[in-house]
Amino acid sequence: MESLTFEDAYAKLEAAVTALQDGQMPLERALQYYEEGMRLAQYCNELLQKAELRIQQLSVDSQGMIELQPLDLP
Amino acid sequence: MQFFNAPTVLSVTQLSRYLKELLETDDILQNIWVQGEISGCKTYSSGHCYFTLKDAESQLQCVFFKNARLRSSAPDLRDGMGIAAYGRISFYERDGKLQLYVEGVELIGEGALFLRFEQLKARLAAEGLFDENRKRSLPSQPAVVGIVTSPQAAALRDILRVLRSRYPLAEVIFAPTLVQGSEAPASIATAIDLLNEQGEAEVIIVGRGGGSIEELWAFNEEIVARAIARSRIPVISGVGHETDFTIADFVADYRASTPTAAAAAAVPDIADWQIDLQTKQGELTELMVELLSDLGEKLERAQRDLQRANPRSLLDRRRQQLDDTAILLQARLQHILSLRGERLSGMALRLHALSPLITIARGFAVVRRDSDSAIVTSILQTHPGDALTIQVTDGSIPVEVRTI
Repeated sequence: MESLTFEDAYAKLEAAVTALQDGQMPLERALQYYEEGMRLAQYCNELLQKAELRIQQLSVDSQGMIELQPLDLP
Repeated sequence: MQFFNAPTVLSVTQLSRYLKELLETDDILQNIWVQGEISGCKTYSSGHCYFTLKDAESQLQCVFFKNARLRSSAPDLRDGMGIAAYGRISFYERDGKLQLYVEGVELIGEGALFLRFEQLKARLAAEGLFDENRKRSLPSQPAVVGIVTSPQAAALRDILRVLRSRYPLAEVIFAPTLVQGSEAPASIATAIDLLNEQGEAEVIIVGRGGGSIEELWAFNEEIVARAIARSRIPVISGVGHETDFTIADFVADYRASTPTAAAAAAVPDIADWQIDLQTKQGELTELMVELLSDLGEKLERAQRDLQRANPRSLLDRRRQQLDDTAILLQARLQHILSLRGERLSGMALRLHALSPLITIARGFAVVRRDSDSAIVTSILQTHPGDALTIQVTDGSIPVEVRTI
């Protein structure tokens, strides 16, 4: 799960909710969906809490090429 | 006439004529430029225009006759415009007024800027640059946000502060520019072009904080308007304060009133997402509890059926299996119910920490059919007249289906 992007994890979370809403499945499958859904929601939350705005500054070098350099701004 | 050895008494007309002659024979006064701000400007159907030219301490009546206006092809004069008027001073005997008979005017300062603004705006509007159907919609979740502003300005800090709090998932590409002075327009246009050339930004914020009309002027230049218009990436303008409108605002895909508002318009707010995630967790738990209680009911029914069934040996075996399953289920249910309790108290704390307005806007409810307590997830499950109960966080609302 650690490599999932927020968007992918969220899509899987939605799929788990939809699957459970459908309801026609063995108990073990339902529990799997439930537990996976809860984990995904938690994971998404952690991603949001950990996120830090990345800032890069655009400039043009002497050859006229565009450069991006990390910028540390308060 | 003798003036200094009274007792000569003059009529008003005599004095007025004297004053008029005095003024009209003065070379300076017959060929003079006067600078000030227009007020009380009125143009009559005759085509003559009357106004007062004033500065902080004094005022001067002016008349700009139709012929003079036509000869000098002067712009339309309006109150508040700063002008330099050229003409001659004379005395209007009928009203006893000293007046400037204007021969021509030139706009200066804000007056000149205002006229250029209006002319460019009209020209670009005629070209269709402000058309609504040219406006691109903004991406809902831009991964990369371009910012065009000055590195020194407060505007950059305001924009970054909003992006950090609302949407720290984003990456920012900052294209530094001058935002005032004669080189600012070309600098802003180049920054917009470079962001397009680099190509990663999904939305561009072009802004600067408040200032005088001269300080904001770069955003009224054609070169900036054209750069915004040709940008493939949607542009949000946030220039000055709420009341400042620039040409850039008219061309931009979205006009925000300030740099802060521009940043808020550029990205979604993850606070909404966090509430949504909590809602989803609640939903999952509700569904699971529902599923387990359904299974429990089925189990009870099966047990009753089995008690009526034969042969006895089969019954015993089944009963044993059922008991095992029931214990397992009971344990799961307990586990999930206690989990739900923790989640709900956790959620309550989180929700409390968030804006109550956002919370209220996000109602989460479970709808059940009264006849069998089934959760209603589709219109196919209900008929007109059915009694339903909407379960919300603090209670239940009984409702009746009117139509489907």
